[in-house]
Amino acid sequence: MSDTPRKRSLETGRRYPGSTLFGLLCGTATVLCVTALVGLLATVVAEGAPWLSTTLLTSFSSRKPELAGILGSLMGSLWLISITTLICVPIGVGAAIYLEEYAANSWWKRLVQLNIANLAGVPSIVYGILGLGLFVRTLGLGRSVLAGALTLALVVLPIVILAAQEALRAVPPSIRQASYALGATRWQTVWRQVLPAALPGVMTGVILAIARALGEAAPLVAVGAATYVAFVPYSVHDEFSALPLQIFDWASRPQEEFHGLASAAILVLLVVLVMLNAGAVYVRLKYGRRIKW
Amino acid sequence: MLAGLVGCGPAAPSIKIDGSSTVYPLSEAVAEEFTRSGARVNVTVGQSGTGGGFKKFSALEIDLCDASRPIKPDEAKRCVAAGLDYLELVVAYDGIAIVVHPDNDWCAELSVDQLAAIWRPDGPVRRWNELDPAWPDHEIRLYGPGTDSGTFDYFTEEIVGEPRSCRPDFTASEDDNVLVTGISKDRHALGYFGFAYYEENAERLGLVGVKPTDDAAAVLPSLETIRSNAYTPLSRPLLVYVGRPVLERSVGLEFVRFYLANAGGLATEVGYVPVPTEIAEKNLQKLNRALTATVEPTPKVGASSLSEVPRS
Repeated sequence: MSDTPRKRSLETGRRYPGSTLFGLLCGTATVLCVTALVGLLATVVAEGAPWLSTTLLTSFSSRKPELAGILGSLMGSLWLISITTLICVPIGVGAAIYLEEYAANSWWKRLVQLNIANLAGVPSIVYGILGLGLFVRTLGLGRSVLAGALTLALVVLPIVILAAQEALRAVPPSIRQASYALGATRWQTVWRQVLPAALPGVMTGVILAIARALGEAAPLVAVGAATYVAFVPYSVHDEFSALPLQIFDWASRPQEEFHGLASAAILVLLVVLVMLNAGAVYVRLKYGRRIKW
Repeated sequence: MLAGLVGCGPAAPSIKIDGSSTVYPLSEAVAEEFTRSGARVNVTVGQSGTGGGFKKFSALEIDLCDASRPIKPDEAKRCVAAGLDYLELVVAYDGIAIVVHPDNDWCAELSVDQLAAIWRPDGPVRRWNELDPAWPDHEIRLYGPGTDSGTFDYFTEEIVGEPRSCRPDFTASEDDNVLVTGISKDRHALGYFGFAYYEENAERLGLVGVKPTDDAAAVLPSLETIRSNAYTPLSRPLLVYVGRPVLERSVGLEFVRFYLANAGGLATEVGYVPVPTEIAEKNLQKLNRALTATVEPTPKVGASSLSEVPRS
């Protein structure tokens, strides 16, 4: 309402018309993104909300829409992301610590670094084919939860490594120097100073990676996950389905009712994702506050 | 190595089915009913296509393979190379009916070429009198299943010659009842959908015979012509290939028997034509012959009881 800022912006506008235009374009881009997102969410909620029920969460897939639920695929997805996390966090964070804290800046490190960055951009279906050849056939794991989780771990490992490296790099060198100055060994420095300081960043990366794993369908199709699975996997050797596969199957069915069910399943997937992200925010707040430099 | 570390529960007995997405609804229905009947077994059904299914079948990754066409020689060779002995069972038929309004007294038969001229993307035929000058000078209004349905894939593949290639300006609905209602109210309509839906609504619709070539005799779809494959090219058998290993597990054999016993009723429910009794009996004979072939040549009493299942 006040006069001065508007007046100033008008003056800049007069002197640099390109600036106003650019600002407008960027604003339009933002509005477009938000509108698309809100529109998408509104459609999914409108279509899926009538189908949200306890039946959806407590029963298995069925050819009859009124009996169909996502118990099998939701549990399959939870199994998958749990095992994927167990596999990719130690390996990914370990690799990041090695590259940031231990490896000398040699051609070897640069080569590895370049490859990790490239691997992060490889389409996930490629990992799916690799998983089918390596885990399902060569290692004989079959179309099991373990084979699916190992494949997903491959997909998200580069993301975890890059995010963890970023977080480790953000820890100021002065922390390390102070630690060394007090006589700490490299192990003590990394384990007690650098890693706790980097933890919020690492966790954010891990959560993003898990969210990615949760939404992947292509590598699981390649590995050979089934679409009709009427049981909760009991061990890592059991077969499984996953939420994205269930959603895809329902969305491509001819009957209208299954499209509503697909939307409801998308809502459940979104809730799981929001919960994961809330976890990341919590970790950042809880551990981030303790660190001051 | 990792397998040993991460988890080691006893894997529940499982039956893995994969293959044709056309047979999928039937196998899914059977699996669902089998699980509901209280069997303690994990049945999974995938849909990676007939070819993809046979690849997994010959790699011994699945127990049953759904197929919308018979196994090809090279696929059979791969099974033999893998030491996989299998049974071929006909579980249902898929037939497409070409339908018109019941008062349509001009169009009783169409050839595949005529249908293609109507349905293909650059199809030149837009009006009835373009097929025959004696027919009404009126636009042909087209009805058909939506692009998500297997019927659409099958029809376009057989008629247009290329799967999923079709002119876009037809009334599409995934709900066959919408198609039936639309066609039954539109004197100039022409449409197609699964034969099972025609049968349910036969009195509201007119049926069109199909000539495989321009000078062949037209054949009307019926249970008999679909089963005998006389109604060609719009009918095909749906098959399930059963690997020998699954028959040697009691729960596997129980499932295959359940499949054969219930395929008829469930086929109608999911929109396919059930197999006639002769074929059903032939399936059972094939199964029993395969079973007796695995046992020692000692004569058996009550060979059909489940406790008699041979184990290797």
